[in-house]
This record gives sequence, structure tokens and C-alpha cells, in this order.
Amino acid sequence: MNGSIQVDETLARYSDLLFGTAMAVYVVAAFLFFGALAAVRGRKLEERELVRAGAGASGNGTTTEDRVPGRVEGPQRRTLGDKLGNMGLPVVIVGLIAHLASIVLRAMATERVPWGNMYEFVSMTCAAGVIAALVILRKPEHRPLLSFVLLPVVLLMFIAGRWLYTQAAPVVPALKSYWLAIHVSIISVSSGILMVSGVASILYLLKLRFAANPADDTSSTTRSGFGGAMRRIIDHVPSAENLDRLAYRTVVVGFPLFGLGVICGAIWAEAAWGRFWGWDPKETVSFIAWVIYAAYLHARATAGWRNTSAAWINVAGFVAMLFNLFIINLVVSGLHSYAGL
Amino acid sequence: MADVTDTDVADRPRSEAESPSPRKAHWARRRILWPLRNLWRSLTSMRTALLLLFLLALAAIPGALLPQRDLNEQKTLEYIAERGKLGTLMDRLQLFDVFSSAWFTAIYVLLFVSLVGCLTPRMVEHFKSLRARPVAAPRNLSRLPRHITRTVDGTPEEIAERIDSRLRGWRSEVVAREPSKAYPDGCVEVSAEKGYLREFGNLVFHFALLALLVSIAVGKLYGYEGTRSLVADGEQGMCNTSTAVYDSFRAGNLVDGTDLSKFCFRVDDFSATFLPSGQPDMYDATISYAEGDAVRDPAAWTTTSVKVNEPLRVAGDRVYVLGNGFAPTFTVTFPNGEKRTQTTPFVPDELQTMLSSGAMRFDTPAGLYPDADERRKNQIALEGLFAPDALYHGTLLTSASPEPRDPAVAIRIFKGDTGLDTGKPQNAYSLDQDLIEQGRLQRQAQVNLAVGQSHTLADGTTVTFDGYQRWVSVQVSHDPAQIWVLVSAVVMLGGLLVSLLVRRRRIWARLVPAPAGESAGQAGGPDSAEEKRRTVVEIAGLARTDQAGWGEGFDEQAAALVADDADPSSSRRTTRRL
Repeated sequence: MNGSIQVDETLARYSDLLFGTAMAVYVVAAFLFFGALAAVRGRKLEERELVRAGAGASGNGTTTEDRVPGRVEGPQRRTLGDKLGNMGLPVVIVGLIAHLASIVLRAMATERVPWGNMYEFVSMTCAAGVIAALVILRKPEHRPLLSFVLLPVVLLMFIAGRWLYTQAAPVVPALKSYWLAIHVSIISVSSGILMVSGVASILYLLKLRFAANPADDTSSTTRSGFGGAMRRIIDHVPSAENLDRLAYRTVVVGFPLFGLGVICGAIWAEAAWGRFWGWDPKETVSFIAWVIYAAYLHARATAGWRNTSAAWINVAGFVAMLFNLFIINLVVSGLHSYAGL
Repeated sequence: MADVTDTDVADRPRSEAESPSPRKAHWARRRILWPLRNLWRSLTSMRTALLLLFLLALAAIPGALLPQRDLNEQKTLEYIAERGKLGTLMDRLQLFDVFSSAWFTAIYVLLFVSLVGCLTPRMVEHFKSLRARPVAAPRNLSRLPRHITRTVDGTPEEIAERIDSRLRGWRSEVVAREPSKAYPDGCVEVSAEKGYLREFGNLVFHFALLALLVSIAVGKLYGYEGTRSLVADGEQGMCNTSTAVYDSFRAGNLVDGTDLSKFCFRVDDFSATFLPSGQPDMYDATISYAEGDAVRDPAAWTTTSVKVNEPLRVAGDRVYVLGNGFAPTFTVTFPNGEKRTQTTPFVPDELQTMLSSGAMRFDTPAGLYPDADERRKNQIALEGLFAPDALYHGTLLTSASPEPRDPAVAIRIFKGDTGLDTGKPQNAYSLDQDLIEQGRLQRQAQVNLAVGQSHTLADGTTVTFDGYQRWVSVQVSHDPAQIWVLVSAVVMLGGLLVSLLVRRRRIWARLVPAPAGESAGQAGGPDSAEEKRRTVVEIAGLARTDQAGWGEGFDEQAAALVADDADPSSSRRTTRRL
């Protein structure tokens, strides 16, 4: 129906194909990383415990001269988990290349920026999330955490491909502005980064909840079956402190970026809708999300709120972002709901 | 309030309430001053600010989920009507005017006060801290989360000098302490701090937030927004001279309508282009305008194009073209040959095809009927549909596309009292059904007309469909403070970035001469006994940020501060900034 001269149908078809490919490859990568986490057996855990104990001992100031903390010396036998983890990274990168190619082809097919409707926006946000995660989790020991980012990414991409899919087409007049390129890209990149942050906080809370008893740490490594694998996964994600720091660092980047996106949106709204702020549902929930992330930063600076409370606030921010993406666009009608549905 | 006071008095570490003075304080201080002060303290505490932030987020939720009167009055009224009593109750709770409601206002005013109360002392403290000396070293440095101990060659004074010189960009101070019980030989301490910009950025962010809120409030008080439908025929224009020229006008409390920005404009042309799929491609209105006293001079008028994302900015106001439609032109020829022509905007019922509906009322010419009563009873009224691209299902008119390829109308023609003289406000787009039911307005015909076609009634009156014009709905907006909103927002963002990225850190070093025996043992050198004095250096760091700590690398950085220059690997590290 949209078969008009403005759209290159062949390119659009290849873009769709690559989108599906990227999703499938992400699934494979997620399984590899989960495998890496679940397969790690007791040996590696003991080493980790040793490292942690050593770091603690350095506090006494006795035997610090000859050791560089955080590095484990000696040759290491490669386990199945390590191999799986090493295989996962190139797979993710292949998926990301397919994903980016899908976005670029979509742009070439329609001759406009590739984020003119909700399907394209979700695709863009997911790509940003994967890139952000690859950058933030670049250390080998953090790498398996990518699985937890790939999980929501695959879910979002599935929803986008299954229910939000829109054929490649030019955008409506309201979107014909260079602010589309600026505002939407900033929002989607910041959403991607904040998604990584939300995942880190969820893992942090899970870690605190399930690894609270140190006695369980050892027993879980010997437990078999699905439950045991889950416990091992939780046990082998980085320490709670690391996760918490990860969540904070991503918010530090994502929050100002999101603010910038909202400011750009306001400038655009002033030109397109006659006011810079009009409490449109999307604007309102963006405001709510912004306030929640501001509260998160304040909680981090408030005694007694620093740990789990702050993490819960970050999770609430993540929920607000998802709510803004789906419920506001699909259920509530507002000025932002032209997004190709 | 009493509860708050009690607990807070108990919680306060140092206050007059706990002073040992046996005499009871004056009742006025006890009953009024202290409760007020405690209320102020709890209001300006971080916990209260956090709570208010949450309340603000929570209170905004109904604004997103329920229809809002400001955005869509029609939908709001329907929503209320559907729910009967519950709807009325929700309305009384201002759930349909969330952002102007008493409770939302209460939350943000409290937040505003809390912010001011929180910021003012912090600002004073910040300026004091800019002049203050770095905090003296804590007694027990090994209690701090990050610290190292090294024994190096050199006297404490030399090492302190070295550390001090390597702390570039830090505010640092070297203090020699007298011998004490803990350090019988005396010691030298280095205290340093950096990252003062962090607090500065933080303050800038919050003050810019205040400026943003003030700018928004000023804009709301002095701003106005008027809408008006104009036929794009190059004749019908309007001047922003009074609120009466608008179909609807909303203004701030300090606008009385006498001092609107002076400018006039008219819509010369309007075009809507569509893609083959029927999707709109672009709306483009050609507008001529002039501002100030130049409006009287036809030569001073400028013509410009106003598109969807490109409003006309004139005399500090903005002119937007927000909607459009078709305005059919009809001519009614009365039995005596007198003609009346009208072009009236019809509202689009279907945005996809621009099938529009509307009504027209024609007064009878003077002299045709003997008296005013008779004259009123013979007025002509039309009601019906306009299709830009006519498509008939039998005689039922619909529209195939939004483009005016083959315009046609389907109208009912009425004769009688149009109700214009009743003084009762009427819907411009439909006839008063009461008049029709009462028989005061009687249907004469129901016809489909293409451009140029006409229909003659039994009494000889002819109704001709002449064609159409396009009309646009124009919004004029005035917000004198919106540029300050933007400036505040950008400053906020800058302050936020500084406050998040700058790290505030403190570092302390305590240098104690090593005991002779230990120094020999530590050095391991058999013959270095007393040639050089050795110093035990304790360095501790504190990250005064929201981050969990200094993170990795403190040990290396601290070691680089004391390392001997002769060691090439350590001097390389020295150049790295802490």
C-alpha cells in the first residue's frame, strides 16, 4: 500500500531481513553468555574469593609491596565457561553489525533519518543499548553481563518486529524537521544507556537478595539443575559493589543526555506545536522519568538511601522509560502518538 | 506538627533545647519559634526534598493517564459524563486539571521552598570552603577506605615537599606537627583537596532550576495564546489588536488584552500536498504580514511561507498554522434576484479524506418581506457535507482523497428562522436541532451539488455551489520569557555535567621519621644503617562524591606521589593526573 516512488522496496526488504538476523544472532549470543555464567565452576569462584580476601588484607598495610591488587598471577586453564564467554563477544558484534546495517538500509530506502516511527525508534534504542553495554562492559570479567542486556533488547526487538512493524515510508509533515534527527537520536541513545543502568540495578538487587548468605555461595556451585544454574549465574555476576557502580556510572551519562533530549524536544515543540511544554502525555512521563532519575542521584548522596533504596529508584526510572515507550504510545493518545501505528 | 517538633528536638545533636541551662525558655520561643525552626529544618532536609520529588512524579501520573481539560476539553467532558458521579468527584479532585490543581501546585511550591532553604546555606558554605584551608589529616589514616603505607628514603620535610609539588591542581597545605604522644618525633602532614567545581556545578544546576521555574511562571503570567480560523483567500486578515479578534483566547493573569504585540497578517494561499499513498507530505501557507505602525502602508507588508515546523515570528509573537480545511462558497439568489454569497469553513470529520461538515445561514435581503418577523421566518440555512474528491455510494457522498480533485457537496436546505436573532449562542458548524424539531426551520430539499450546480426551491430561491476556498486555523502565541527558559535549561545541563563529572577528592599524607631499627630492616640493605634518614609515609584518600569510592588505581596513584624520581616507572606515573 505504501508502494510509492519515494521508497526503495528492495533496500527496505533487506533491512527487514537484517533486523530479523540481528535478533536471532543476539539470542545466540545471550545463550552463549548465559552458558558462560552458568558453566563457571567452583575453581574460578575460589580464585575470586582469594582476590577479594587479598584486597581486604591490603588494608592492614603489611604485605602490599609485592602485590598488584586485582590481578591473578599464573597460567589459567581455560574452562568451558571462558570459551563460551569468548565466543559470545564476536557473536554480539556480528549481531550489532547486522542491526546497524538494517538501520542504515532503512534510512537509504526512505531517504530520511531511520527513526521516524515506533518500530524504527525501538530498533534504534536497542542498537544504542547494545553499543552502550559493549562499551561499559568491555572488561572480560563483566562481559557475560551482556546477556542481561541482550535479554530486554531481544524482547523489545521482538515486540517491535511483531506488533509495531511499519512499512518503510516517508514521515508525516510534523516530523519533517532536522530536530527529528537530533531529538529522537539523543532520546533513543539515552534510553539505551539508561536501559543498561536499569539492568545493572536489577542484577544488583538480585545479587543482594540471593547471595546474601555467604554459606550459600559454596553450596550453589555444587548444586545441579536449573535452580543451581540460576544460583550460579547470580553468584558469578560481578560483585554487588561493581554492579552498583556500573548503574551509577551509566546514569551519570544517560541522565544529562536524556535531559538534553528533552530540551531539544522542547525547542522542537515550540516550533511545531506552538508551545515548548504542554503536558502532552509523553512530555509528562518524560518529566516523571527525569524526576525519578534526579531522585536517584539525590538518593545516592543521602545517608540511608545509598544502597537498595537507590537501586529501586533506578529500577523505577527504567520502568518509567518503558512505560513512556509503550503505554503512552499505544494506549494514551497524545501528540507523540503519530509514530507510525 | 507537634510530633515533628518533638522528634526533631530529640534528634538534633546540638541545640538550645539540650543546653544545660536549668531555666526554662520563654514560652513564645518554646511554642512558636522552635516548632517553626524545626519545621523549616525538616522541610529543607534532603529526605524531604527526595520525598517531594517522588510526590511530584506521583502527582504527575494522572496528568498522563487521564484526559486533561487543557489538552482536549471535549474528551474530558465525555470521560466525566461516562462515569457519572465518579466523574464529577474526580473532577472536583481536579484530576482533569492536574497541572493547575491545588495539590500539584502545593507540591511544587513546597519543593521550591525546600530547594531555596537547602541551597542558600550550601552556597554560603561553598564560598567559605573556597577560602578555607584543606581539612587537617584525621588521626587514624588507616581507618579510611583507601590508604597505603610506604617507607621511603628522605626526611619527612623533603618527602612532604615532593608530595606537595606533585599535587598539581590540588589545593594543598603542608603542616609540621609538634611531637605528641602518638608521634614522639613529631610529624609532617600534607592535606589536599580538589574538585571544588563539583559543588559549584551543583549549585549552578539548582539555581538554574529555580530560574527555569521562575521563567516559566513569568511566561505564564504575561503570555497569551489566541486561535482563529482564517479563509486563505488573501482578503480575510486579522490584526492582533484585541482579544476580540480571536475565536478563543487564553491569557496569563497579568494580561488585560490592551497591550498585545502590534502586527497584522492575512493568509494569501494555502496548499497541502500528499503522497500517492494519501499520506500528507507538507502543508504550506503563504502569509503576508506587517508589524508596528507599518501595517497602514501596503508596501511595508512582507510575504512569507509558514510551514508545519516553521512558524512566523513577528513582533515577539509566533504565528502558527495548526489546522486546515475547506470552506465551500455558496450563493443564494432570492426570488427578487438579490444575491448573497458566503464562504464558510467546514470542519473535517475524516482527516484521511477531509470529508467535512458544516452549516451556513443566509439572512433575507431587506425589503423583500414587509416586516422583520416575516423576514426572519424566510431565512435560508444549509447544512451538510463537503467532499474534496467526490465518491458516491448511490446518493451518499463520501470523499476518495484529501485532494480537491472533484469537490462536491451534499446539503440539506432549510427555510425559516435560523435562530441568529434569538441571542442564543449557536454552533457554527451545525444548525440548531431544536429549531428543526419545533418546525421553525423547515427542510426544503436534500441535494448533491458539484461545482457550479444549483438547486431551485419551490418559492424560486436558488442555491448555487460556487466552489471552495481553503481555510487555516491560526494560533498566535506570546511568551516573553521562553528564551530565559531555554537559557536556564542549558545552564542547568551545564551545571549538571560539571557536578557529575568533576570528582571531589581529599588526600592526606602523614610523614613520620622511621625508627632506626625498622628502617634498616625494611630497606634490607646491610650497610645503609644511618646514611640516609628514612620516612614512613601514610597516605589516605577520600572520594567525597556519590560514587562508591575512589575506585581502582588509588594505590598506584598514591605510590606515585612518594616515589623516587630515579625510578623511571614511577616518574611516568607521576605525570598522570590524580
